[in-house]
Amino acid sequence: MSGTFLGMPAFPEAARKAVADETLRGNLRHATHTIRAKRARAVSELSDWAALREAGKRIKDHTLRHLDRYLIQLEEAVTAAGGTVHWAADAHEANRIVAELVKATGESEVVKVKSMATQEIGLNEALEAEGIRAYETDLAELIVQLGGDRPSHILVPAIHRNRGEIRDIFRSRMGAWGRPAPEDLTDSPAELAEAARRHLREKFLRAKVAVSGANFMVAETGTLVVVESEGNGRMCLTLPETLISVVGIEKIVPTWRDLEVFLQTLPRSSTAERMNPYTSMWTGTTGSGTADVPRAFHLVLLDNGRTDTLADQVGRQALRCIRCSACLNVCPVYERAGGHAYGSVYPGPIGAILSPQLRGTGSEIDASLPYASSLCGACYDVCPVAIDIPEVLVHLRERVVEGGPVTRAGNKVVLKPAKGHAAERAVMRAARWAFSHPGALRAGQRLASRSRRFHPRTLPGPGRAWSASRDLPALPAEPFRDWWQRTHGGKEAR
Amino acid sequence: MRVALFLTCVNDTLYPDTGRAVVRLLTRLGVEVDFPPAQTCCGQAHYNTGYRHDAEPLAVQFSDVFRGYEAIVTPSGSCAAMVRELYPRMGERARAEGRGDALAATVAPVAAKTYELTEFLVDVLGVTDVGAYYPHPVTYHPTCHGLRSLRLGDRPVRLLRAVKGLELIELPGAEECCGFGGTFAVKNADVSSAMGVDKVRNAESTGAEVLCAADNSCLMHLGGTMTRLRVGMRPVHIAEILASTEKEPLV
Repeated sequence: MSGTFLGMPAFPEAARKAVADETLRGNLRHATHTIRAKRARAVSELSDWAALREAGKRIKDHTLRHLDRYLIQLEEAVTAAGGTVHWAADAHEANRIVAELVKATGESEVVKVKSMATQEIGLNEALEAEGIRAYETDLAELIVQLGGDRPSHILVPAIHRNRGEIRDIFRSRMGAWGRPAPEDLTDSPAELAEAARRHLREKFLRAKVAVSGANFMVAETGTLVVVESEGNGRMCLTLPETLISVVGIEKIVPTWRDLEVFLQTLPRSSTAERMNPYTSMWTGTTGSGTADVPRAFHLVLLDNGRTDTLADQVGRQALRCIRCSACLNVCPVYERAGGHAYGSVYPGPIGAILSPQLRGTGSEIDASLPYASSLCGACYDVCPVAIDIPEVLVHLRERVVEGGPVTRAGNKVVLKPAKGHAAERAVMRAARWAFSHPGALRAGQRLASRSRRFHPRTLPGPGRAWSASRDLPALPAEPFRDWWQRTHGGKEAR
Repeated sequence: MRVALFLTCVNDTLYPDTGRAVVRLLTRLGVEVDFPPAQTCCGQAHYNTGYRHDAEPLAVQFSDVFRGYEAIVTPSGSCAAMVRELYPRMGERARAEGRGDALAATVAPVAAKTYELTEFLVDVLGVTDVGAYYPHPVTYHPTCHGLRSLRLGDRPVRLLRAVKGLELIELPGAEECCGFGGTFAVKNADVSSAMGVDKVRNAESTGAEVLCAADNSCLMHLGGTMTRLRVGMRPVHIAEILASTEKEPLV
């Protein structure tokens, strides 16, 4: 994934800074609560939402089960329609393919449609290293790029910024990338949008090469689909001469009929709209020669950990994800920790189960992500493809503490338990032993109750994490089981 | 009807008043309550922290202890969800790992007859007015497992509305997690505390004297936050409110 996230600290440390940042907390609270309420209204309008959700889940599961077949069908259809299909096993390979394709056109700049897959592989940085400049054209991605920042949300990458911050970024940074912002730019949304529009228009009209992702790929016809709100995608998909699309292999749907389900659930779940303003669909270079279709089309099919994820019975449901962000917007942890703490272009609950699967649990940040949840289940409730995120989180916790069989780069390997959990493991084992011996448990409870006058009000060691912000409960004079024994004991043969 | 009280390890050790309240309440409603003393813990903390294999023997032990009862009642939404939802899932996983049907077969009978307290009152006993008296303004926090796993819906609120003297005040942002989350509370203490503070501030804004919930572990987190913030509210388990009567008021 993106090199910009390398060396991230574990989630709890990164979250600590975010929790203390009042401006960030305010920005996130306002944004997530607004979209949360809007989504709930948009979804409640549909009487068949539960059926659509179930259908979406089943279509995705069916497609994933037969992914090999559908990928071949897609390749044949794209090729027959004049496109070229490339297969990339990992980020490095995908970046190399795209860089070579751009160089072959003789161009040194590309315009980009907002795309998670290209963020995941760190394409912009890879192209920069090859002397190719990539311009983000989605408004929020533009804000992130101009600010030398990282995205913190799947749908709204600049959600951590408020209007004042955006105005400052536009005023100070736009000039270095092209048409500068007006000197007297204010923080009114209309003025900010106009400044971005004028800045980007120059890029759209000049660009010969565009890079996109796709929300869906229809296997039966080889058609790619991008849904968006701003129209920048439509510009990139129609004006340039060469279009390169980098798409994760799980983005396939078998037929147009299947698409119907997701074109209802995706906009309502993501932007809380009944329908997104722009839906662009293209099939190879079909129609080329008319003004609106690129002459050359390349599809880069990206694996980058997806086949490994597919091999895992519990974890594979993460591949159903259609990147709507509903789980981020409803998550109380995301709301307080912010997107950057997740150390990945995929933040929030879905990121907490995607990143440790796509990248493995080897790094500190990836091993900490499965714990970045109180398991409240709000994410599962809103997920339009019914990914049981808490189930996968717990499954990945098990992978961290117990190790076990996983698939990495196509090979079955057995992971060792992660470091740093030895004390916790010992506590869990001891608790299990005590809980398996009711007499021992009772003895422990009695000891605790009788010594209660001597208990400290704060805890030492790891317990400080509790008592730094919360008082400890007072211990009762006797545990319930002793009371029961005294008052009802006669009835019970012991 | 003879039912077993599964009190949970947290209530047994820290909140015996809740256990006494459940016994008093159910007895008043004509239920014969037993407390099998071999009970300990459902294994939820183990399971949710990633120690599924340590949770398995606890699930087996739970099943052995409670198999013989008509119903198992617990004053904890999250422990009820553990038994009813996650025990069968553990059985499935064991089967998928080629360890046979033994675990699934052992847990299936107890999973089917385990009820969270308010669910047992409303669905099994068919009562919403339990004859309780509690003259205080109360706000109710629906805990996550009760809300989203067990789908308790308005059962707890219906029970509270029927309590004489009780003024029920709606909690803003009620459906948001309080931030406890078991080991989450210490593994991600900063986020957990921030969530707890927000929940407490919302509760405080209602002007209620009492924050009620059907899970003492969440109340332990919120109560600890309240005293630390010097908020003049008390956390009270719903069982203690429902057990309170004019003759025998909650003290």
